[in-house]
Amino acid sequence: MDLNYTPEQEAFRKEVREFIRAELPEDIAYKVKNRLRLSKDDTVRWQKILYKRGWGAPMWPKEFGGTGWDAIQQHIFDEECTAAGAPRQLDFGLRMVAPVIMAFGSREQQDYFLPRILSGEHWWCQGYSEPGSGSDLASLKTRAVRDGDNYIVNGQKTWNTLGHHADWIFCLVRTSTEGRPQQGISFLLIDMKSPGITVRPIIMLDGEHEINDIFFDNVQVPVENLVGEENKGWTYAKFLLGHERTGQANVGAWKALLRRVKEIARTEKGDDGRPLIENTRFRDRLAQVEVELLALEMTCLRVLSTGHKKAPGPEASLLKIKGSEIGQALYELAMQACGHTALPYLPEALDPTYSGELVGALHAVPAAMDYFNTRKFSIYGGSNEIQRNIISQMVLGL
Amino acid sequence: MDFNLSEEQQQLQDMLRRYVAKDYTFDKRRQIVASEVGYSPEAWKTFAEMGLLGVTFPEEFGGLGGNAFDTLVVMEAFGRGLVVEPYLATVVLCGGLIRDAGSQAQKEALLPAIAGGELLMAFAHYEVDSRYALSKVATTAEKRGDGYVLNGAKSVVLHGEQAGKLIVSARTSGGERDADGISLFLVDADAAGVSRRGYRTQDEQRAAEIKLQNVQVGADALIGEEGKALPLIERAIDLGIAALCAEAVGAMDAANEQTLEYLKTRKQFGQPIGKFQVLQHRMADMVIAAEQARSMAILAAAKAQQTDDPAERRHKVSAAKVLVGQSARAVGQGAVQLHGGMGVTDEMPISHYFKRLTMINILFGDADHHLSKVSDALLSA
Ligand SMILES: Cc1cc2nc3c(=O)[nH]c(=O)nc-3n(C[C@H](O)[C@H](O)[C@H](O)COP(=O)(O)OP(=O)(O)OC[C@H]3O[C@@H](n4cnc5c(N)ncnc54)[C@H](O)[C@@H]3O)c2cc1C
Repeated sequence: MDLNYTPEQEAFRKEVREFIRAELPEDIAYKVKNRLRLSKDDTVRWQKILYKRGWGAPMWPKEFGGTGWDAIQQHIFDEECTAAGAPRQLDFGLRMVAPVIMAFGSREQQDYFLPRILSGEHWWCQGYSEPGSGSDLASLKTRAVRDGDNYIVNGQKTWNTLGHHADWIFCLVRTSTEGRPQQGISFLLIDMKSPGITVRPIIMLDGEHEINDIFFDNVQVPVENLVGEENKGWTYAKFLLGHERTGQANVGAWKALLRRVKEIARTEKGDDGRPLIENTRFRDRLAQVEVELLALEMTCLRVLSTGHKKAPGPEASLLKIKGSEIGQALYELAMQACGHTALPYLPEALDPTYSGELVGALHAVPAAMDYFNTRKFSIYGGSNEIQRNIISQMVLGL
Repeated sequence: MDFNLSEEQQQLQDMLRRYVAKDYTFDKRRQIVASEVGYSPEAWKTFAEMGLLGVTFPEEFGGLGGNAFDTLVVMEAFGRGLVVEPYLATVVLCGGLIRDAGSQAQKEALLPAIAGGELLMAFAHYEVDSRYALSKVATTAEKRGDGYVLNGAKSVVLHGEQAGKLIVSARTSGGERDADGISLFLVDADAAGVSRRGYRTQDEQRAAEIKLQNVQVGADALIGEEGKALPLIERAIDLGIAALCAEAVGAMDAANEQTLEYLKTRKQFGQPIGKFQVLQHRMADMVIAAEQARSMAILAAAKAQQTDDPAERRHKVSAAKVLVGQSARAVGQGAVQLHGGMGVTDEMPISHYFKRLTMINILFGDADHHLSKVSDALLSA
């Protein structure tokens, strides 16, 4: 055992850091670090910068235009990006649909879609959940009926993240009602410009627009947009869940957030007028999360360094549960640190051009909104209850 | 011991619960919070007619002569309906201060006006970096001629923009954090030198930043004795905390009822999600949390109004705020979680309960702040 990074890995870290220092636009980093509102363009701009450097897809193999980095390199890259205030690269294309297309897609699909994901030309969103099918995803009802060279799709997807920006959506649709529900599901790639698609915003509890309902009314989808075989979509979706084992842990992001909360606690005053960080009750709470995060980082590195050789164990669910809980705890502490200045609701101040007055510090503006918004962490991507079911049932055989 | 409401209190409770369920619906509330002033003058008028706005004022000043248990009944009902009207600021905090510490002339001038619904007031005490410390007052009041001149800034003043009159704390002597030397003044909200910047709060109520620049007030603006206001402020805030605890209990009850209903009706895997044991246990814990909070809200109401032993009063009120704050957090988070995606939408009432419960924990000191108070008391006990 050796918990040190190798000299090559340290050199790699330095290279990444220098690149980011030179290339990450300051206006974007400012927004990310202060948790101001990001635009679609911010994410796309950063993707294009990475693409130009050949780093558009840190998690892809070289044959598809990825970096071919090993898991530790990806971890280092992620850590450097989050520390510097780079926006998160869009998961839906890079980490979700791309691995499925690589593993099960046709040559044509690979040639057409993968380069466009890489370059930032296509923005993807995920169309799995439906009003009646959340945790019980396999019960989904959106129908795709074969009609000559097309599927005709009818139904409703919901909770769709950033679908209002999307060019393409990958959907699980029902192509058969025979057998077990899982057996009649197919994986379709759908152009968001197709006639018959309506996107309707859902406003979240923080007042922001981030998710949508998507309605499909006789939408024509060419059969070439079916991934793999008809009625095998569930297998592909499950492959995806097992594939992305460490992304959900978000270690890099939480390390950056921990630093932010420390910084907030240094500038906020406690009841005695001293910096809040000197208050042991608050500091212990932060220290507790720091310990949890350190453990998560070690677990993450341990999982990463064994690679994907082992059959999937409880790791994916463990990392999702702990990652979400740590993130939620940190956002809660950021809000707590602000004291009564967390109360004002000033969403206009999330615009970087805002020049009006604040109440207290800039970090108070997103504090409560972030806390509210991030309750989603334990709900989406398979709720934490479902993750615990997976460990107890699938892994432990209870 | 008797934990029962009196007959009048029972009637008040029934009437208010009916009112909230029928007239203060979630849709109605949505319109109210979206309006310019952020509260409903019409609802306020109704409250006046119901006698709520003077419920704890002596009868000679237009009140009903009630006590903190009446406030408990009112706030609990308001918590259920997420009522956003400036009751806490106007009636509980400012009305309470005038009732307990005002001169005869101040009581005569203000209490009937509050009780009648003609006057809104706000308590301009906390400052931007005071956190929850009640003795941190940097705003100054300098004696000049017969009166005083006020300078300083007050932060997150609940309903500060809607108020016609303010009660402002300011230093007449001593250093920024001294216990002695704080005084309370009655200030017209539109007096020369007062500027207010109102905004929405995270839970859809209203608050304001208030600046005081050479604001002149007369000697008759002083509430209580010069330099001796801290005990008055502490008591007013304790009454405010007791009211918030009751509001939280109402909000928790409503959130729990709505969540229970959701567990029974939302189906996944071919059955109501309430069939899953892990959700049953979480729901059970949420109900336990609300019951414990109810007990503490009652204790807080009983103690907050007592005048003979301030240390005992503060100790119990802090204990109540710890438990209610923690319960509010557990119920709020649980209610959202058990609603799945629906829980994080603006459309569902449940997220609004969660937000209010979160802010009730923060207001007048979060659970950790009050735990420190209880904890410090262990050293001297
Ligand atoms: C902000 C946000 C963004 C999202 N983005 C996307 C997206 O881009 N694309 C997409 O397809 N989906 C997305 N989702 C949907 C998300 O995956 C679902 O919300 C999630 O699967 C839960 O489903 P549900 O909301 O229907 O809750 P339900 O499944 O109804 O669950 C309600 C509650 O019951 C619990 N529960 C359910 N079944 C069980 C069980 N068997 N045992 C114990 N407890 C159980 C749940 O844990 C939860 O607490 C998003 C959701 C949110 C909140």
